[in-house]
Amino acid sequence: MSAAAASSDASSSGSPGDSGTEGHLPPFVDRRDGYASVTKEVSDAVLERRPGRLWWLLLAFGGALTLLMLVSIAWLFYAGVGIWGVNTEVVWGFAIANYVWWIGIGNAGTLISSLLLLTRQKWRSSINRFAEAMTLFAAAIAGVFPIIHLGRPYLFYWLIPYPDVMEAWPQFKSPLVWDLWAILSYLIFSLLFWYTGAIPDFATLRDRAKGRIAQLAYGSLALGWRGSAHHWARYERYYWAMAAMGVPLVVSVHSVVGLDFAASLMPGWAETVFPPYFVVGAMFSGFAMVVTLAVPIRHALGLHDLITPRHFEAMAKIMVLGATVMGWSYLIEWFAAWYSGDIYERGLVVYEFVGDYWPLYWIMLFCNVLASQVFWFRPARYSIALIFVVSILVNLGMWLERLLIVINTLSHGFLPANWQTYAPTFWDVALLLGTLGFFFTLFLLLARFVPVVSMHEMRELVREEGAGR
Amino acid sequence: MTLLAEFAAADDLLDAIKRARGAGYSRLDALAPFAVSGLAEALGIRPSRLRVVMFACGAIGAAAGFFLQVWMNAIDYPLNTGGRPLVAWQAFMLVTFEFAVLGAAVGGFVALLWRTGLPRLHDPLFAVSGIERASQDRFFLVVDGGDPKFEPEGTRAFLEALRPIAVRETST
Repeated sequence: MSAAAASSDASSSGSPGDSGTEGHLPPFVDRRDGYASVTKEVSDAVLERRPGRLWWLLLAFGGALTLLMLVSIAWLFYAGVGIWGVNTEVVWGFAIANYVWWIGIGNAGTLISSLLLLTRQKWRSSINRFAEAMTLFAAAIAGVFPIIHLGRPYLFYWLIPYPDVMEAWPQFKSPLVWDLWAILSYLIFSLLFWYTGAIPDFATLRDRAKGRIAQLAYGSLALGWRGSAHHWARYERYYWAMAAMGVPLVVSVHSVVGLDFAASLMPGWAETVFPPYFVVGAMFSGFAMVVTLAVPIRHALGLHDLITPRHFEAMAKIMVLGATVMGWSYLIEWFAAWYSGDIYERGLVVYEFVGDYWPLYWIMLFCNVLASQVFWFRPARYSIALIFVVSILVNLGMWLERLLIVINTLSHGFLPANWQTYAPTFWDVALLLGTLGFFFTLFLLLARFVPVVSMHEMRELVREEGAGR
Repeated sequence: MTLLAEFAAADDLLDAIKRARGAGYSRLDALAPFAVSGLAEALGIRPSRLRVVMFACGAIGAAAGFFLQVWMNAIDYPLNTGGRPLVAWQAFMLVTFEFAVLGAAVGGFVALLWRTGLPRLHDPLFAVSGIERASQDRFFLVVDGGDPKFEPEGTRAFLEALRPIAVRETST
């Protein structure tokens, strides 16, 4: 591993990102790398290298699942929500759990990118581009679920205020209307944030591309970016301001998702802890998804010098932090239920542990709280295989968490006579797998056509680390 | 005609800018493959007021978002939800905030394009040989032909004295 070898260089400069880390650590960028080699490593993956057989195989697989998603949605539109496992009590099933899960992943990219920029974490440059792309794709997928779970999805536009013949307006005191605006603003914001950061890199691809089509395509995307000092000065003002706005925006978006539940009266939902608890969950699951994606991208595109073991080490630390905060959130939920003295709240917590879905609850606790605790130990933080496995467990655990929030409460409401359980049908599972396939298909295409690592920020890092020319 | 001096390191560029400004050149620009810290200050570029624009757009967005909700739910179609006040400003804050961020983000992006003159797919600079490395690994000092101190021979000699990799010129 070249990055580790480079660490023997005694003059390795300290950095804000290094503070608090112990001992002798490899740097975030190979000191032998210069501007040219960083540029080449990233842009060749897009311009020069032909996609291998593995890429085509994965694309075919992702494409097949995308087709499954389209078929599932088409059949849903034809036959109605009766094809799902939802019933008269558990009226929200996979669709809403998937929505919260996807929007959580979708929130994390911008949050990670903004927070790490604002706190000047140098290692951000290697992961922010695809973390932001992950945000875009996941948020777009998430936005589909609330629409298709409507009994009459073709009336979703009633949420939009437009002067209609009924002379009525949306009800702006409802979290469901807030949802529309939160997701819409978030999608537009994320697109602008991602695209602005990528403009200088599109200019690099324009200048390196040899084919006419590639030159035209990247040239158009670069908007004629010349890298003038005047451009950079304004670019930086805008980009940092966007990052500063991104953090509260993400918090607001996922708080609204929490309020969708918390504004109800149901046991287990009407909790003041929900908005912050949802935001932490979003950051945690999104970080796990970044790790899950970083491992194959690094391997497939040969970005071993740009996404180094140090990056995984830093991400493992954030995962153990996230897992611990999740553990505290669960404790507070249980405590609040007990302290409220409310028999329905207390009953629900008991039901979570020993009721109909108890195995899922215990698996969730293991995945979300316990699994990441292994990263207290240094060797574990340097084992990329282990980090990858744990990140998948966290993805699973966070999905289970959202599913259980939905179905536990609805299966165990105020009237025991109405208690019903929920079981997914084929179409529930098909839609979930289909959206996963669609997500990975979009990612494969991204990795093929867009530089997955921010080249201009890597060059900045190269200069700061003193590698120079 | 515009003359460009090409450098391999950011510090060389910053040095060259200092010396060019010392020699009295005022219409200078630089091309760099990344946001070099200190570059704008070296060139004497005044701090951009882009964030003032973003703030104004955000404020307009917030006001628009808030009054949209008040007008729709309290004036045009008064909607009594569970006896709550018609203008429940607390409940309206979220959409107000989203409008503010959206206004600032979109307004700032438009202002960014406006002030950088983009999109502008062609520029005379693109015709300079070797300019493609300005987006990769080279740094260029650009002396505009309209500079009062500019004279084709003298300026070229001055740039050569800065020991660049090469001195290049545009045709127009």
